[in-house]
Amino acid sequence: MDIEEHFFRHEFGRIVATLTRLFGVGNVALAEDVAQDAFCRAMETWMLRGLPKNPSAWLMATARNRALDVLRRQHTAIVAEPELTRFLESEWTLVPTVEEAFSASAVKDSQLRMMFSCCHPRLPEDAQIALILHILCGFSVKEIAQAFVSSYAAIEKRITRAKKVLAESTKLFDLGDADFPARLSSVLQALYLLFNEGYHGSSADAAVRADLCQEAMLLMNLLISQPALVSPKSYALAALMYLNAARLPGRLDGSDNLVSFFEQDRSLWNHNVIAEGQALLDLSASGTELTKYHIEAAIASVHASAAGSEDTDWKQIVSLYDMLMAMHPSPVIALNRAIAVAQLEGPEQGLQEIRSIHDLHRLFAYPFYPATLGELELRSGKYAVAKAHFSTALSLARNATERNFLQRRIDSCKES
Amino acid sequence: MTEFVYLYRGYELPASPEEMQQKTAKWMIWLKELSDKGHLKSLGEPLLPGGKVVKGTKKQVIDGPYAEAKDVVGGYSIIVARDIDQAVNFSLGCPIFGDGGSVEIREIGQLEPGDGY
Repeated sequence: MDIEEHFFRHEFGRIVATLTRLFGVGNVALAEDVAQDAFCRAMETWMLRGLPKNPSAWLMATARNRALDVLRRQHTAIVAEPELTRFLESEWTLVPTVEEAFSASAVKDSQLRMMFSCCHPRLPEDAQIALILHILCGFSVKEIAQAFVSSYAAIEKRITRAKKVLAESTKLFDLGDADFPARLSSVLQALYLLFNEGYHGSSADAAVRADLCQEAMLLMNLLISQPALVSPKSYALAALMYLNAARLPGRLDGSDNLVSFFEQDRSLWNHNVIAEGQALLDLSASGTELTKYHIEAAIASVHASAAGSEDTDWKQIVSLYDMLMAMHPSPVIALNRAIAVAQLEGPEQGLQEIRSIHDLHRLFAYPFYPATLGELELRSGKYAVAKAHFSTALSLARNATERNFLQRRIDSCKES
Repeated sequence: MTEFVYLYRGYELPASPEEMQQKTAKWMIWLKELSDKGHLKSLGEPLLPGGKVVKGTKKQVIDGPYAEAKDVVGGYSIIVARDIDQAVNFSLGCPIFGDGGSVEIREIGQLEPGDGY
């Protein structure tokens, strides 16, 4: 008998959110301790006795019983959500109230409220993401530090500070609150950044990065599973995630080498996931708001539906990048736009576009800036120039996978 | 064939849910292998932390066992093996060693027919 991959981690997030709802948002640490306790109990029992028939129900029941103990013992120390307090104070209503909090729909609701609570406007985006990963996705500080190629101390500090801000609220974010639309934008941005960290991030471990993408998608699915909370931009972000994630399998070859976008084996792309992404993109096409998620999803959709880079509608991609630049000008987007221009009008034109990027200096530390220059020079037959650019890129590479890739590009200049 | 008990002592608790899952899986795989080979008589039971110790003629009750964490028995299994060497050999794959724990292997005494019972 096997448990689903990351089962413990996901159940941990569900249980902490549920316990926080019962114990109050000022008691996240207590919720984590109680959850940890339930998990130790599960592990110690399961490793010798094997899995119970329904591991999730077993964990939930253990956590529920521990919650009842805590609520009975620590009566006065618990400042639950105002609307729950009086039910938790009386033994008559304590048990049914706790059971209700552990029902499937209440657990989902608590997770969502926790997700919105983590995106507190007083928290910087990187703290929101760390908090989401820690509390909702069950990542330890060490695992977050690994995923973000950051130090343990830095992540720990970030999470401790973030929890303090969280604890100052009187309750978990109310999804019926007037602030909902603004907070939804923060939640989407955090999930977008979490996904991107997985998709483009600096961790050398492809499995770690795929994990981050998967976590972002699970939370995204939770969000769009609630009809009352859905908006076209949520669908657009979900579509973007699906259409990009579907193409992850093509990015590495059998030996874990990075494969250039133009040389990827598109039969490796997950076409079921692409179809789901396209369906989500259709759902996003309502209302009047056009977001960066819509445009980025549309770009991903053009790539995902093309049989190869020669069959890609580069003209449309360039015009989508134009829209994106008008909305959120950034040198990275401009660089991607220039690559599309090079496909459409040739490498010389692409290089010309790169030279005219506003704020070009902001790309100087980004390894894929010189790597792009190298690609385009290589295509123009200027091997020596190309090689110099690839060497610069190599010196900026963030991990072994990038270094191997760039080294092979340098070698290909020699061969030519 | 002779019965032996494995006493699992002093493993560290993993810090994260992911590590717990990996650890649970390792133990399940290890015990299943023993079981598939017909050498596992009983999976045994986990012994939860805490508990009491009663000792002395005064039957003093204390919280305990107050041994160091590395000495606390966290669970046991009963296995069958040809002899103590084989029982030791089977224990080598136990995941506990990776977590700083130990396995104590003890033969279970058997009553032979003719002992007068």
